[in-house]
Amino acid sequence: MAGQSTYVPATGITRWLDKRLPILRLAHDTMTTFPTPRNLNVWYTFGGILTFCLGVQIVTGIVLAMHYVPNADLAFTSVDTIMRDVNYGWLIRYIHATGASMFFLAVYLHMFRGLYYGSYKAPREVIWILGVLIYLLMMGTAFFGYVLPWGQMSFWGATVITSLFSALDQIVPHLGTAITTWLWGGFAVGDATLNRFFSLHYLLPFVIAGVVGLHIWALHVPGNNNPLGIDVKGPQDTVPFHPYYTAKDAFYLSLFVILFAGFVFFAPEFFGNPDNSIQANPLVTPTDIVPEWYLLPFYAMLRSVPQKLFGVLVLVGALLLLLFIPWLDTSKVRSCRFRPLMKQFFWLFAADCVLLGYVGSQGADAALALGGFSLPLVWLARLGTIYYYVFFLLIMPVVGWIEKPNALPQSIAQAVLGAKGERT
Amino acid sequence: MKIAFLALALTASLGSAMAEDTSLPFPIKDVHWSFEGPLGTYDQAALQRGFQIYKEVCSACHSLNYVQFHDLAAPGGPGFSEAQAKAIAAGYKIIAGPNDKGETTDANGNPLTRPGILADHFPPPFPNEEAARASNGGALPPDLSLIEKARAGGAAYVYSIVTGFGQKPPPGFKVQQGKYYNPYFAGRNISMPPPLANGAVTYADGTKATIDQEAHDVATFLAWASEPKLEERHRTGVEVMAFLVLLAGLLFLTYRKVWKDQH
Amino acid sequence: MTTATEPETTRRDFLYIATGAVAAVGGAFAAWPFLDQMNPTSAVLALASIEIDISSIQLGQQVVFKWRGHPLFVRRRTPKEIAEAKAVAMSDLIDPLARNANLPDDAQATDTNRGTKPEWLVLVGVCTHLGCTPTVSTPQAPQGDYGGWLCHCHGSQYDTAGRIRKGPAPQNLAVPPYSFLSPTKIKVG
Repeated sequence: MAGQSTYVPATGITRWLDKRLPILRLAHDTMTTFPTPRNLNVWYTFGGILTFCLGVQIVTGIVLAMHYVPNADLAFTSVDTIMRDVNYGWLIRYIHATGASMFFLAVYLHMFRGLYYGSYKAPREVIWILGVLIYLLMMGTAFFGYVLPWGQMSFWGATVITSLFSALDQIVPHLGTAITTWLWGGFAVGDATLNRFFSLHYLLPFVIAGVVGLHIWALHVPGNNNPLGIDVKGPQDTVPFHPYYTAKDAFYLSLFVILFAGFVFFAPEFFGNPDNSIQANPLVTPTDIVPEWYLLPFYAMLRSVPQKLFGVLVLVGALLLLLFIPWLDTSKVRSCRFRPLMKQFFWLFAADCVLLGYVGSQGADAALALGGFSLPLVWLARLGTIYYYVFFLLIMPVVGWIEKPNALPQSIAQAVLGAKGERT
Repeated sequence: MKIAFLALALTASLGSAMAEDTSLPFPIKDVHWSFEGPLGTYDQAALQRGFQIYKEVCSACHSLNYVQFHDLAAPGGPGFSEAQAKAIAAGYKIIAGPNDKGETTDANGNPLTRPGILADHFPPPFPNEEAARASNGGALPPDLSLIEKARAGGAAYVYSIVTGFGQKPPPGFKVQQGKYYNPYFAGRNISMPPPLANGAVTYADGTKATIDQEAHDVATFLAWASEPKLEERHRTGVEVMAFLVLLAGLLFLTYRKVWKDQH
Repeated sequence: MTTATEPETTRRDFLYIATGAVAAVGGAFAAWPFLDQMNPTSAVLALASIEIDISSIQLGQQVVFKWRGHPLFVRRRTPKEIAEAKAVAMSDLIDPLARNANLPDDAQATDTNRGTKPEWLVLVGVCTHLGCTPTVSTPQAPQGDYGGWLCHCHGSQYDTAGRIRKGPAPQNLAVPPYSFLSPTKIKVG
């Protein structure tokens, strides 16, 4: 909870600084003494992990920008030069590319944690909304970044996604085409597009950093939620952030970094696509245009709708829907630990996202052979998209009303320490 | 939870069920490489033999634009000495800039050239895409610098392609005019004629040059061309992982110590 | 109570110190690639050494090559230019050191120490004042009073051995590391 600062500067210099720029006080209050629920589990370590990921992407990105050339004729070669000639260029490039995937892995776990424990519910609605904004900015940053190597997938992925705007022609004639021409800076994705995407790719991470600041600020007003979903009742329910959660976050971060390093050093092309090792060719379309794995569920939703404009609306709707979750869920109980019915729908939703991701990775005509019958995967995508919308628009409000939640514990301290008796 | 598991199991089983069709290529051959796996390294002798195959067979049509002559002497590669790499470079003709008179061609209209130096890249066999297509029946032989990263299957794909010629097409399959049947290639019609033959080269180290040996060696060389930093990456990876496991262990003990009085 | 907690404190502190130290060492090793990536790439280093053909350079002529991004002066001196350079007294020189990368740092700036062969002068064509490219002096178009080079930026004048004689430049023109591979070919760098 935001409360009185207990910081007392110890030396003359720190007293002098505190009167002029209380930055040490801020660090003390937010990262040292900040009262944090004592029962946070591993799923609560992803906020710190995400901050680390953002830092890694910014540092590796700035260094790559020292060698990368954002020109359509030179970009692909400049990336190859980084891989072959620049000292440790291969390492920095692989960290940056793998880092994007790790960043999304962490953000999905962080978001699913929020959904499961009801962290989006009052009074934390703004934290959730800022989080969705960060997620959207991440998707934009990743999209622009993927275009920069100027491989086949870079070029054609850019063409497909920017062409989505042309669907607006069906609402206002010529509007969509005007927008895509404006985005491209030409009649097709080309050098002009690449240059502006580079500028935006460099800019957005700093916008993300700013929104992350707001996200943490908004968090520090009510304080963290916890796996039980019940409010902190007093100091017996909390521990100071340092050393308890600095130690815990550091440990889980090291495990995350082990996974990260495993990919960087031993499977650096795991998340990549071979077609992106071929220089962009506007005259040759790859057989299967696929985005990176973290965008696949939305790609599947887009392709599941045969009509162009409606497909775009379904995709955009699925993202904008996330902003309204705090008001769609009517339950008085936050955490799914005590919500036996909602819990089932939650896991079904998680499985649905995996299913949509899988369908997104397959070709547009892919089909499943069941006995003598061939089921096109697009039908599974339609089912998955319907469940996605139903989960948020129907299940969240209705289950909140009809569900009979389990009994909540009296307090966090009682739940954590009760079995072992009173402790000071 | 049960419903969720069922859903996940269904998702997992979808991968294997795809339709069969003679225009789809064969799955690539299962071959083993010295550089596969997390601790793989390149077989230097194979790299040198593979380079010989590239030079004497493939470079007639395929460029290797991103590889520089000094890379041949770099650690983690074929292991030529700097003097040897310099000699290899000097054997190539590189397009030279205008002479003092401002000419770029000689009396016969051929471009002026100079011998290669270590800093040069391998020169392409054709000056531009149009010339390459004209010499190859309209098809463009791809540059090989990144070929194994650019094809699913990497070295095994290249190996399968160059050893996949000479098979009989299935009944009813149409081999297009000017192309060859190769079941490992998408569409099974490939513009490249069979590049390898028994004894196509005489290996400098005396190894018997069978098609299989040549294919294995050139695929190894092209793996290095696509990933010259593989050995350094694996070596650094082992060191980094060892360090991270140590650090994670210390952080775990720290975490436990800090939380000891709270449990 | 204090005796019982002291060993406990030392053990806990040791763990924290050990963890902090390992993390710091790891951080230093992790930081190195980010610093080293700014060093010259292998492609740049491959051009650090060049071999040039000097067979077409006439007596009294200078040809300018490019070496490590700088102009490289290769001048074939006439006997008159050599004699002029050898006649200069050491006390008349502004910079007494040879500035020759092929010799020890304290070698004197005698004409002999300015090159491997008297007829050939190989110099880095960067004025030692602020980095402009000096203009060569020829009998047909003399530059400066010493028959060598004149730097038009701020008026530094060099003699026929490339030594600074007048003007703001503090040092003689540098002699790069070089050697003769054959009478017509030199390797620089």
